[in-house]
Amino acid sequence: MDNSILRRRRTELVGGATVLLALAVLPLPIGDVYTQNLIIITILFAGLAQAWNILGGYCGQISLGHALYFGFGAYVSTLLFVRLGIPPAFGMLAGGAVGGAGALLVGWPCFRLSGHYYAIATVVVGEIGWLLFLNWDYVGGATGVYVPFKGDSWVALQFRTAKLPYHYLVLGFAAATWIAAFLIEGSRWGFAWRAVKDDFVAARSLGVRIFPSKMAAAAISGFFTGMGGAIYAQYVGYIDPDSVMAGALSILIPLPAVLGGVGTLWGPLIGAAVLIPVSELSRSYLGGSGRGVDLMIYGALIMVVALVRPQGLVSLFGRRRGGADARAA
Amino acid sequence: MTLDIILQAAIGGLLMGLIYALVAAGLSLIFGLMDVVNFAHGELMMIAMYAAFVLWQVSGLDPLLLLPIVVVLMFGLGMGVYRGLIARALSVRFNRGMVQIFVTFGLAIFIRGAAQFCFGGEFRSITTGVVANRTAEIAGVFLPLPQVAASLVCLAAFAGLLLISRTEFGHALEATREDRDAVALIGIDRDRIFALGWGLGAAAVGIAGVMLATFYYVSPNVGANFAITAYVTVALGGFGSLGGALVAGLLIGEVEALTALVLEPSLKQVGMFVIYLAVVLFRPRGLFGTL
Repeated sequence: MDNSILRRRRTELVGGATVLLALAVLPLPIGDVYTQNLIIITILFAGLAQAWNILGGYCGQISLGHALYFGFGAYVSTLLFVRLGIPPAFGMLAGGAVGGAGALLVGWPCFRLSGHYYAIATVVVGEIGWLLFLNWDYVGGATGVYVPFKGDSWVALQFRTAKLPYHYLVLGFAAATWIAAFLIEGSRWGFAWRAVKDDFVAARSLGVRIFPSKMAAAAISGFFTGMGGAIYAQYVGYIDPDSVMAGALSILIPLPAVLGGVGTLWGPLIGAAVLIPVSELSRSYLGGSGRGVDLMIYGALIMVVALVRPQGLVSLFGRRRGGADARAA
Repeated sequence: MTLDIILQAAIGGLLMGLIYALVAAGLSLIFGLMDVVNFAHGELMMIAMYAAFVLWQVSGLDPLLLLPIVVVLMFGLGMGVYRGLIARALSVRFNRGMVQIFVTFGLAIFIRGAAQFCFGGEFRSITTGVVANRTAEIAGVFLPLPQVAASLVCLAAFAGLLLISRTEFGHALEATREDRDAVALIGIDRDRIFALGWGLGAAAVGIAGVMLATFYYVSPNVGANFAITAYVTVALGGFGSLGGALVAGLLIGEVEALTALVLEPSLKQVGMFVIYLAVVLFRPRGLFGTL
């Protein structure tokens, strides 16, 4: 690694710390619950998109089935809590582990498929999971599961009225995904994965083991996605297959990463910061009429950003950051 | 479970399978031509269904008579989508694969919103017509006439697509698919071929949509379910293969109908998903795919 790369990585790290600090103080002056909630959802999706980015962006495997791992995480932590009394602070890790295991299980057959065949196979696997959970009574079927409230606690990750603890919870989660992506970007793995994405034949000829690379990326990606699902379940207090496993979610998770800039450190955060507020605000102010204006705005935004900034919104911020990965892609 | 019920389900699956096949054929055509998976395919079908519904409501004519009008409209719409969006998505320099996925996905959301805006969320249906609500009975098996008419029309449209592939235009399509750069050297306008390919793909799904509207409710979300079936059908048959789409469509229609019989109707899609995964495990490019 030459000096310029080291310098760039040091800048990224300083930037990361600055953003983290800014996001940590951001909610302090904000009093109204709506805005607090909006920020929490935005940060949660920034983390989820970063988790997807590890597999989809760095390793180039366009998974459209991440709702499955999200749902696994949500169900595992919730059911452990409801059925066995295991607090979600641990259940979150268990949910992440099951999410990662799920990603390995899906990846094992599906990574043989290339391009659109892989994408569609992941859609199908996600749909199977959703259908099975809808019809599986032990996990609540279509009626879902309520998370019982047992008093404010960091162990149970429950806070009746306070939003601030959730803010720090999702911020910690998003920061963890960012650090994972940062470490991957500078590691041997990260270089191998990007080689798999760009030209797997060339990568193989240089001794990169394709299948293990994809599996490792999938496991990490699935782990964080499952964790995000567990956090979401505790935050919302109620889960059912439509809210934590539906196909739409499999698109919502990668969307911030794609529009912000795939395979970049900052893309998922920037994408989420633009996309989630637009979608939430337009839904609140225009969606109530049921006339679909919010959907039209949201759809148009996706089309325009994808066409005008195919390398992602991150490219608006200086050429250096976007440039390095744009050249690679 | 008597033989009668199984036969009834099998015939229902056959009729539905032909519709699936035509929906998938449009998707497969576009993919084969330019490596683009149209994630708004189900929404194009929904537009055709609404177009048939509106024309029927205004004119009171039989939906079968309205079919040609809708097909022409859909052809134009398909070309418009290509010229307005897809041509741009294909010309980007970065992340082309992801850009096209998410551009067509954005389009799908936009169309869904627009349908909601124009028609509200209610389920609507076409209630009159030569075949509306009529059933024939042959040897104890009930044949709902709208489904029979729909599957016959879809079969005819499929034959039409195969015929087109034999014409000079069809050869130009094939040549463009084989090598999109070389065709420019022999005087084929690639952009025009792509646009016409989108027109054909949209027209195909338009025919399926109109026929579906004669017996299926129309709502802004009707496309989503059919689209997933269409992706599975295309991937099962092999991207870019028309024959594959036909075989896979019929197979999926049957598997779905029989799964609904053996398991519960709410699980009817599980069967086709499992069959699909089992097939691509052994044939990663689908049954007849070469791409």
